[in-house]
Order: sequence, then structure tokens, then C-alpha cells
Amino acid sequence: MKLRTWFLLPAWLTMAVLFAAPFVIVLAYSFLTRGVYGGLELPWTAESYRRLFDPLYLIILWRSFAMALAATALCLLLAFPAALFIARAPRYRNLYLQLVMLPFWTSFLVRTYAWIFLLRDTGLFNTALEALGIIHAPLPLLYNDGAVLLGLVYGYLPFMVLPIYATLERLDPALVEAAADLGARPLATVFQIVVPLSRPGIVAGSILVFIPCLGAYLTPDLLGGGRTVMVGNLVQNQFTTARDWPFGAAVSIALMALVTLLLVVYLRRQSELLA
Amino acid sequence: MKRFLGLYAVAFFAFLHLPLLTLALFSFNSSRFTKWEHFSLGWYRAIFHDPQILEGTWNSVVIAFWATALSTVIGTLCAYGLWKRNSRTMTGALYLSLVTPEIVSGIALLALFQWAFRWLHWQLGLYTVVLAHIAFCIAYVVIVVSARLRTLSPALEEAAMDLGATPWQAFWYVTLPALAPGILAAGLLALTVSFDDYVITSMVAGVDSETLPMVIYAMARRGASPVINAISALITLVFGMLILISERVRST
Repeated sequence: MKLRTWFLLPAWLTMAVLFAAPFVIVLAYSFLTRGVYGGLELPWTAESYRRLFDPLYLIILWRSFAMALAATALCLLLAFPAALFIARAPRYRNLYLQLVMLPFWTSFLVRTYAWIFLLRDTGLFNTALEALGIIHAPLPLLYNDGAVLLGLVYGYLPFMVLPIYATLERLDPALVEAAADLGARPLATVFQIVVPLSRPGIVAGSILVFIPCLGAYLTPDLLGGGRTVMVGNLVQNQFTTARDWPFGAAVSIALMALVTLLLVVYLRRQSELLA
Repeated sequence: MKRFLGLYAVAFFAFLHLPLLTLALFSFNSSRFTKWEHFSLGWYRAIFHDPQILEGTWNSVVIAFWATALSTVIGTLCAYGLWKRNSRTMTGALYLSLVTPEIVSGIALLALFQWAFRWLHWQLGLYTVVLAHIAFCIAYVVIVVSARLRTLSPALEEAAMDLGATPWQAFWYVTLPALAPGILAAGLLALTVSFDDYVITSMVAGVDSETLPMVIYAMARRGASPVINAISALITLVFGMLILISERVRST
């Protein structure tokens, strides 16, 4: 056998046993029937998939979609000016990029916990506002949709900054100068020249943020306090408390299908970019 | 415009870093509450007297060590194989493993283990966590090592083989040394990703294999405590240094 075949063998084995096989099992589970005590039974059925369209669950799917979309939009709004600043900085660009990445590479759990520390009733914000006499009872900052949204934005912001920065850096400065020479004001130049030209980065960043937000589990779990159920929590719930494995599996498969679709769109765009 | 961007950047970096910095700051507060009293290392001392935290840290270190070692070897070999000739199936599978929601990977792996154990009579433990971590670390390793491989000229190996080296010798004596910084960076990345994981780990860990993130999660669920602040500060410090080292190494 050729060397390349040997070298790829361990990876093939790992991916087959620890990625493809679990996926096939979940696919099989999704077509089985829930047992009386929560296990799995025959016959094969597509009932679990039909239940996805039950309004009760459609709302959860819709909520996750809306939350992921809102988080993506907020990330875009926050990241674009920051990427523009870094791309136009005369010095220290690498330092700024590392500053963007540094919190991202520290623990995700710690970054989520930081918001519990800041937002809870006896947290830093409420304590400070009370000490200043602005409020007399703690504001309910934690355990709501807003806190989850904040956690998602904080968690995935770097995914938006980097691709936008990459396209802005390649942008020909002559185009911006030409706009200015022709009388465009700085803000008009940004919106009419820079934003349209950085579209590939914006699309790439948006997909990179949207995908993990859609399947988020830890952030809604910790910051939503069980009130904000997103689709990730629904999956977990079906496999634990509700003990409805076929339905949990069907939700997983639906989620995977959506994510795969987004990944294909992303990779298409990337290869167009490279071509 | 320029001034606006500058001001904005200050606010942006403050938003990114202040939460973690204040978190660390309050780990040195003597009070249990979020009101500053005076400087104290009491919460750090508490970490080293908490058997659960110590055991969780040890488990996390053991898991991260094995997951890193194995996924770095598998991933490096894979990246090299893909560099020779791309396989769209493998690349696609790796990307897919990267974007699969963690909770889905977690329950899928749990389903696999439960299904296999019906015949094998094994139990969940540290090694199931190691296996799960290998599965999601490989993609990170392949991406980092592949980036390094793209900077290498295939002519180097061709020259070695023209001079009589076997393909294995060309890999071992020519390409592998040139890849070393990339492999080290990939390993450090795998280490941090493995050490940090909570969602997948909590699904496949056995009763006796609680990891540090699982301990932190349980504590955070019960409410905030300055002890978590102290652990968080330590983790952030160690991870931050590891990543800075890996960036340094990768850019050499």
C-alpha cells in the first residue's frame, strides 16, 4: 500500500467509528418508536419527524432561528467597525487581532460564567447601581432572552471580525481614495464602497456565527435559566428528562441537515473566493 | 470618522476584555459578595483544599493529555495524506465534525457507547471521554497542520527522493521537521479545546470521571461563587499563555 493510504487510515477509522457510526445510530433512532418506559421499540415510523411540525416545537425551532439571526446581526453591527479600525490601523494590526482572539481561546465556560457574575441579582452591575442609588431593587438582568443573546454575541464575535477583516485588508485603498476624490463623504464611502466590497467577508462571518448560535446549548442553558429553550436544549431534554429518544434523534437530524446546508453554502463561497 | 473608529475600538476591546478582567479582579476580593473589601488570596487557597476541584482538574489533565497526543498524531498523518492528494469525503467529514452542534455530537456518541456496551459490558469512564475528544480535536489539528503544509514546497520531498530517499524517509527526515512548529501549535490548540469542553464531556463521562468544566458548571448552576472566579482567572491565565506560545511558534 502507498504511504498516503497508511497515513489516512487512522483518520478514516476514527471518523468512521466516532463520527459516522454515531450519526447512523441517531438516524436509526429517529425512525423508531418510543417505548413505554422511554426506551426504543419497533415499528419503524416517521412519526417523530411529523411531530417536528407540532406548533409546540415549531415555536422552539423558530425561537432558535430568531435568536441565532439576532445574534448574527448584532455581531455584524459590532464587528464591522472594529474590523475597519484594525484594517486601517497603521501599526499593531497583529496585536489587535490577537486581542480579538485572546478571549475566544480562553475557556467558553468561563466566558459564559463571566456574564452570570456580572448580571445576576447580586452581580456587579446590580451591586454597583444600588451603591450609586440609581436602583433600589436588583434589575432582572439574568435568565432571560436578552442575557442569552448577549452570551451568544460575546461568545462568537471573533468569528465575525476575522473574515471581515480579511476582505477589508485586501481592499484596494485606491477605490476609497477615488470615492473621496469624487466628493463622497467618509460615511458615504463606507456604506457605498467599503460595505458592498466586503460582502464575501460579511457572508462568511455571518454563516460562521449563525451555525454555532443555532445549535447553542450551553449559553441558553446557563444564561437563560431554563426559561429560554433553544433547539439544543430541546435535544438534551428529550434524551434526559423527557426520555423520548426517537424525537430527540429526529430533532438532532433536522438540526444537522440545516447545519450541513449552511456549511455547503459557506464552502461554495470560499472556493469561489479562492478561485 | 477616524476619531469615531478609534473611540469605537476602545469600547469594542473593553467589551471583549472587561468582563474577564473584572471576573479575575474579584477573585482577589476577601468578601463573598460583589462589593470590594480588601485584597485576599483566600479563594485561591480554597481551590487547593477542594477535593472535587482537584480531582476534576486531574481528570481533565489526563483526558487532555491522551486526547491531544492521539489526535495530534492522527490529525498530522491525515493532513499529510490530504496534502499529497485531497480527499473530498475526508475534508467534508472534518468540516462537518467542526460544525456539528456539540449537544448533537454528545448524544450521538452516548448512543454509540450505550449501543456497543450492550454486547461488550464495558462502562462509561475516562476513556470514553478521551475517544469523544479525539473525534472533535482531529479537525482542528488537520486545519492547523494543513496551513503549515501549504507553505512547504513539494519540491523538497521530490529532491530527497531523487537522491534515493524512500517516501517514508522523505516524510520523516524532510517534511516532518519542517512541520514541527505547526504540529506543536496544533497540539496546543487541541489541548485547550479538549480541556475546555463541557457539553460533549458531560454526556459521555462516567460517574467517576468528573472533569474540571463539569465541576465549574455544577458550581455555576448553584450560583456564582468567588471560587469560580479564582479558577476562571487561573484557567484564563494558563490558556492565554498556551495560545500566545502557540501563536509565537506558528509564526516562526
